[in-house]
Amino acid sequence: MTTGLREGLGVHAQALVLRGQRNNLLASNIANASVPGFKARDFDFETELARQTQLGASLRTSSSQHVSTPGAGPAGQKAYRVPVMPSMDGNTVDMAVEQMEFAENTVRYQTSLELLNRRISGLMTVIRGE
Amino acid sequence: MSGPNNIFDLGKMAMSAQMVRMNTLASNIANAGSVASSPEEAYRAMRPVFETEYSGRIGDLGTLATSRAVDVVQLDREPESKFLPDHPLADADGFVYASTVNVEEEMVEMLEASREYQNTLEAVSTMRTLMSRTVAMGK
Repeated sequence: MTTGLREGLGVHAQALVLRGQRNNLLASNIANASVPGFKARDFDFETELARQTQLGASLRTSSSQHVSTPGAGPAGQKAYRVPVMPSMDGNTVDMAVEQMEFAENTVRYQTSLELLNRRISGLMTVIRGE
Repeated sequence: MSGPNNIFDLGKMAMSAQMVRMNTLASNIANAGSVASSPEEAYRAMRPVFETEYSGRIGDLGTLATSRAVDVVQLDREPESKFLPDHPLADADGFVYASTVNVEEEMVEMLEASREYQNTLEAVSTMRTLMSRTVAMGK
């Protein structure tokens, strides 16, 4: 059984992709704050990450000849945000909520990135053998 | 027209939409005090119409959605008639017709438009920083 370089990166590679996708979604909500009838959307990061890693586990190969399919599968579940206070025009973007979620997601993205960087420099140390 | 391909497209389109809104509002405010000799000629306040545009499939996890100004419409309001017989634009009965612009309303809209513009710009610049850090990953 071979160990790919990707496995050395752990769950952070997947987490980084998901954080990026969530940032896209939250930025879209912010960009649509003044469109009547727009419904703000989001997804639960933890559930989605668990689902994707579970998916990877269920597709784990039983032979070295098999092709592994990391992260492949149907798109995850998005949900509409429940507005703090519904507005007359049907728009459910709450700027305070969206901006805070965006800020939190940004920080967590940077955390994942930092952890990835450390993993990579760790692997580099091993490769160089210094 | 196709939807946004990346976060910069999203910012571009959403910010232009708010720019259209601000220009429309500026025109309204500039014409707030104008009068005309008939109700048809009177200036009517205008508003942009916004729509959401999606990139790719809406069901995908990180689908981008941007706002776009698709139209500018006149608000359906009746111009107020004023009795000013000595006004050069007065009609045969001595009436002039004022524009339908409510300046306070326009100012509040203007405030909201500029906030939306700033919010979008802020989100885009944050994501730009994240992108450049991701590009430098492992260095």
